[in-house]
Amino acid sequence: MIVKQWVINGGELSENSFGSLPSFGGEVILMDPIKDKIQSTSRETRQDIIGKVLSYSCISLIVIVVLSIFAFVATKGLATFVVNKASLGDFLFGTNWNPSATDKAGNPLLGALPMITGSFGVTIIAVIFAAPFAIGTALYMTEVASKRGEKLLQSVIELLVGIPSVVYGFIGLSVVVPFVRTHFGGSGYGILSGAFVLFVMVLPTVTSMTVDSLRAVPRYYKEASLALGATKWQTIYKVLLRSATSGILTAIIFGMARAFGEALAVQMVIGNASIMPKSLLAPASTLTSVLTMGIGNTVMGTVGNNALWSLALMLLLMSLVFNIIVRFIGRKGRM
Amino acid sequence: MEEFITTKDIHLYYGEKEALKGINLSFPAKGINALIGPSGCGKSTYLRTLNRMNDLIPSVTMTGSIMINGQDIYSPKMDTVDLRKKVGMVFQQPNPFPFSIYENVTYGLRIAGIKDKQLLDERVEQSLKQAAVWDEVKDDLHKSALSLSGGQQQRVCIARVLAVQPDVILLDEPTSALDPVSSGLIEDMLLTIRDNYTIIIVTHNLQQASRISDRTAFFLNGELIEEGKTKSVFLNPKRQETDDYISGRFG
Repeated sequence: MIVKQWVINGGELSENSFGSLPSFGGEVILMDPIKDKIQSTSRETRQDIIGKVLSYSCISLIVIVVLSIFAFVATKGLATFVVNKASLGDFLFGTNWNPSATDKAGNPLLGALPMITGSFGVTIIAVIFAAPFAIGTALYMTEVASKRGEKLLQSVIELLVGIPSVVYGFIGLSVVVPFVRTHFGGSGYGILSGAFVLFVMVLPTVTSMTVDSLRAVPRYYKEASLALGATKWQTIYKVLLRSATSGILTAIIFGMARAFGEALAVQMVIGNASIMPKSLLAPASTLTSVLTMGIGNTVMGTVGNNALWSLALMLLLMSLVFNIIVRFIGRKGRM
Repeated sequence: MEEFITTKDIHLYYGEKEALKGINLSFPAKGINALIGPSGCGKSTYLRTLNRMNDLIPSVTMTGSIMINGQDIYSPKMDTVDLRKKVGMVFQQPNPFPFSIYENVTYGLRIAGIKDKQLLDERVEQSLKQAAVWDEVKDDLHKSALSLSGGQQQRVCIARVLAVQPDVILLDEPTSALDPVSSGLIEDMLLTIRDNYTIIIVTHNLQQASRISDRTAFFLNGELIEEGKTKSVFLNPKRQETDDYISGRFG
């Protein structure tokens, strides 16, 4: 940049005797603007600096927000164990959730295992159902469907992502719950219904991410396979899916993260009983459903409120774990 | 000349655009045949008609007939899977699968249902030796093929084709992405296998064509300009365009 300016300035001012030494007096003042221009930062450099400052401040704002959320939830969530003296072991493995009562030793009854089980139950069942459907749909979209069919499916999937979760919950309440009640028995409320609703909710996420990872497989792998006399199915099964494995796993983990964190729709169909679920058909609860049900009914600073924060901390940590797994898979996939 | 591959009046269109304008060309069994011509003249497109790779492009329409070993490969009864086992192809960019070298070479065999470990091992060694890459990779057959250099990758890709034991090997500018040393290795290797396979190679490198091929065909703007023994095409071209091209006056 500076070199260029030198030339331009030199060119402009070549009349003013660049070659001969300027004498003291008027011509020295003529030299100064050149010197100034060369030594001061150019407009482009200043824009660069402004841009850098802007983006760094945005990043730091986001980092601060995330860190404060973490700190806030952590202090609140840990208060259960520090202030209210509940034991971590009882929290993770106890099955009796009744924050307003205490056991004989005077400790609050904060066994969160029923909710943890519920959350993992709905998540895992939903994803086990969703993954094959998602992979099948994604393969259809990338390998079988015509351009028009692909576009149509794409918009259907985008539509599914856009439906608010309360609508899913409502449909679950009026369709899935009666369906489960008549075909599987029980009241209809329970982990199975929650898993069905979540299955539909995570399907579009997992599908569109799987589509992306299949599209990322280079075309020449496919060509090479077909040129060796492989059928389309062999090519899909042995080359395409294998090359896209890490992407597909990432998609599934993202689906799990989504299912694990979903609150409203699950709460509407799971029955909300904070007891250890004995079957998939018995009313149960998840970390999120207990949170949404309870947060309005407790007073800040009480054991009950702190216990809910502990659940929130648990959710936060789980989403962190999901993220770390995704990172790990991504790194392995690149090798 | 006994014809092993005979193509008659091949017209090929990408949508409306005519890429091949009536190609009549034959190749004898065994030996190296070079297809030369400037970029966009249709030689790669022509090559891809021989194993029906153009079928994968939706907008392509083709007329004419191609007989390989007495079989019409465009007849409705022809199975493209069987065809491509008989007519292997090596691409311009080395394109090994992101698997191990061993898995790459055995891919064609395993999709054909061969599970016999001993046979697979034999074929891997034999094809890698034929492709002149065995000595460099024999100790890490289970390493990812992507960890090899470009020239090694291309030779593994050739071994992958040889392992299926095809009759015909199509090579689409196989050395244009490689350094001269790797290119030389591949040329030498092609010369050692010329007696066992019908090899058709598309190349931009005229020296390469003159060095290794038995017959040469010159394409220009979708037409076959001249075809014959490599010596006569290079030394006594019958057509002015051929003379201009091989003497470097255009292209």
